[in-house]
Amino acid sequence: MGDTAIRVENVCKRYRIGQRQRYKTLRDALFGVMGTPFRGLGACLSGQGTSKSYQESDNFIWALKDVSFEVKRGEVIGVVGRNGAGKSTLLKILSRITKPTKGFAEIHGRVGSLLEVGTGFHPELTGRENIYLNGAILGIKRKDIDRRFDEIVAFAEVEKFIDTPIKHYSSGMYLRLAFAVAAHLEPEILLVDEVLAVGDVAFQKKCMGKMGDVAKEGRTVLLISHNMAAVENLCQRGVVLHQGQITYIGNQAEAIAQYLKSLSGNALSLMDRKDRIGSGAVRVVGIEVKDVHGNTLDSVASAQDLDLYLYFVTATGFRSRRVIASLLLKTQLDVPVFLHHNRLTGDEFGELPESGAFVCRLQRLPLPPSTYQITYSILADGECLDGITNAVEMTVVEGDFFGSGEVPPISHGVCLAEGRWRLLPGCAPSGLRRQS
Amino acid sequence: MNLQEAESSTILITPAQGWVSLHLKELWEYRELFYFLVWRDMKVRYKQTILGVAWAILQPVFTMFVFTVFFGWLAHMPSDGVPYPIFAYSALLPWQLFVRSLTASSNSVVANENLITKVYFPRLVAPLSATVAGVLDFAIASVVLFVMMWFYHIVPTSAVWLLPLFVLLAIATALGVGLWLSALNVQYRDVGHAIPFLTQIWLFVTPIVYPSSLVPEPWRIVYGLNPMVGVVEGFRWSLLGTGSGPGGILTASTLVACALLVSGMFYFRRMEQTFADTV
Repeated sequence: MGDTAIRVENVCKRYRIGQRQRYKTLRDALFGVMGTPFRGLGACLSGQGTSKSYQESDNFIWALKDVSFEVKRGEVIGVVGRNGAGKSTLLKILSRITKPTKGFAEIHGRVGSLLEVGTGFHPELTGRENIYLNGAILGIKRKDIDRRFDEIVAFAEVEKFIDTPIKHYSSGMYLRLAFAVAAHLEPEILLVDEVLAVGDVAFQKKCMGKMGDVAKEGRTVLLISHNMAAVENLCQRGVVLHQGQITYIGNQAEAIAQYLKSLSGNALSLMDRKDRIGSGAVRVVGIEVKDVHGNTLDSVASAQDLDLYLYFVTATGFRSRRVIASLLLKTQLDVPVFLHHNRLTGDEFGELPESGAFVCRLQRLPLPPSTYQITYSILADGECLDGITNAVEMTVVEGDFFGSGEVPPISHGVCLAEGRWRLLPGCAPSGLRRQS
Repeated sequence: MNLQEAESSTILITPAQGWVSLHLKELWEYRELFYFLVWRDMKVRYKQTILGVAWAILQPVFTMFVFTVFFGWLAHMPSDGVPYPIFAYSALLPWQLFVRSLTASSNSVVANENLITKVYFPRLVAPLSATVAGVLDFAIASVVLFVMMWFYHIVPTSAVWLLPLFVLLAIATALGVGLWLSALNVQYRDVGHAIPFLTQIWLFVTPIVYPSSLVPEPWRIVYGLNPMVGVVEGFRWSLLGTGSGPGGILTASTLVACALLVSGMFYFRRMEQTFADTV
């Protein structure tokens, strides 16, 4: 078997669209049985139901297409790609949770995989009981848990509550306990999703530190990640997945560059978008993010000053002087963060030239690191001229917003608020003062 | 951890393959997970209830009471010369074990969806552990039987040591049917609705409220194709000394139970390959 730890050969995975609604009622299957008794029953039992028609239709997506790569023993490899690029499917196949549709993979050595922390935690059981249960689920031997029990509890910082049912835990405690058990999984080959780094900033640092330790111990790690800093620091090699296919494989810095480039490649494809709305009198042909000096950016940092360029073309004969360009920024979870348009700021464009750019200057970008969706629309005189929902993504990386080097994660709030703290001695609330 | 073992392990990941071997060796390697899942189910079962473990006794006792009033006193159902309460209870005991195990194992895959879609383990562990967790209730409810036998001055026959085998037969039947149903349940949620109905019908084709001696002789073997007939007959024979003991019925029951179990395991193994995508 040599020094190969993981070998993936032409792996394909096909999903039916709307896969998770696939379970039908028995009635559907039984109608099939009535038609062709034996064939129908056989199909019903083998789980195909009356899905013949499904089989022939095109309602499939290939989550992975001909993915092949090798990971050497002791290598730490990062897999990056946009949402829906097939990263999680790859992880699920290598973890043996789901089977590939075609192709095969080989793993040499004992595997541990973490798609989620706290899998199988039961709210009625105590912290102590859940450590053992979760350990068993992750495949950690009982004697190993016995041996490392105190270490796990200390790592999770839940000593006082270890015999309390975890339904009484705060979400932070719950996540810390969950990660603590997972962190003590000691396989030779670790398959892990980076979203596992959870909790408050201090604990996240601890989590990433732990992952770093694992990587340094010479174990083979396959890390799936959105966090470029994690990939940069932990991995030696990177794989870029795009729409189920590998577009780059090689050294990690280059992989990150490729990935970021694929993100900014959005601007080019804006013209091909089919979900455009509006009359088309003005059309946005590209969106770019630039710094104040005019350099195009792949990603921006919190607290950075930046310009958002909406390049447009105007149809001949369009004369309105009251054009409104509007931007809506949303998180990956579709939570609106802010809306911005030139009527809010009182800026007028006047009559539009044939082409140009609406430029929105944002100062001290008050956003935590994450990827955001930008929706734009162009309006004039109450009419929509152009608009695309989730037209482009904007990646924000960590920046020193507060001047302290620390920025809370997006899970703790979708914006960063400007502000200072001070201490004022000898004060009491105005209500209390009146009583005394 | 055992590195020696790990060095030699190679995992091959291939597309779904139709009928596959049972891989019992791997199942054995995951015995700790099995143990913890059984323990979890037992531990959690009566959490946040007032009566707690008393439920394990209340259910069969009340059922016995109702059966005794309606079938024993009002309908004068024959009971092979044994007081009707004990006649009914000795059958309800394995019956409730069967129903509980069958229901739990049929729902096991769907109930453990969060595990199935997030971690690998031999999927057979789910129905197996769900089935076995029912044994605790059975053990608790058994205490009542022995109290009743003491009350009615009934001494178990010398064949009482065969009792565990009949318990095993009940579990095997529940697991066999449960394996089929749990795999079907992933695809067709109708199964969840059908189970209460199925067990109700099954109750009446099993000699629980009536003795199997009511069934005409030539039909006994056919009757025995219901494995629970063999279980209930075995229970009454070894505890109360009624009936004729192991014979045609028990043989038929055992064969059917084994067939259900083996076919269920293979069917489950075949279907488990798509569980994570479908559940």
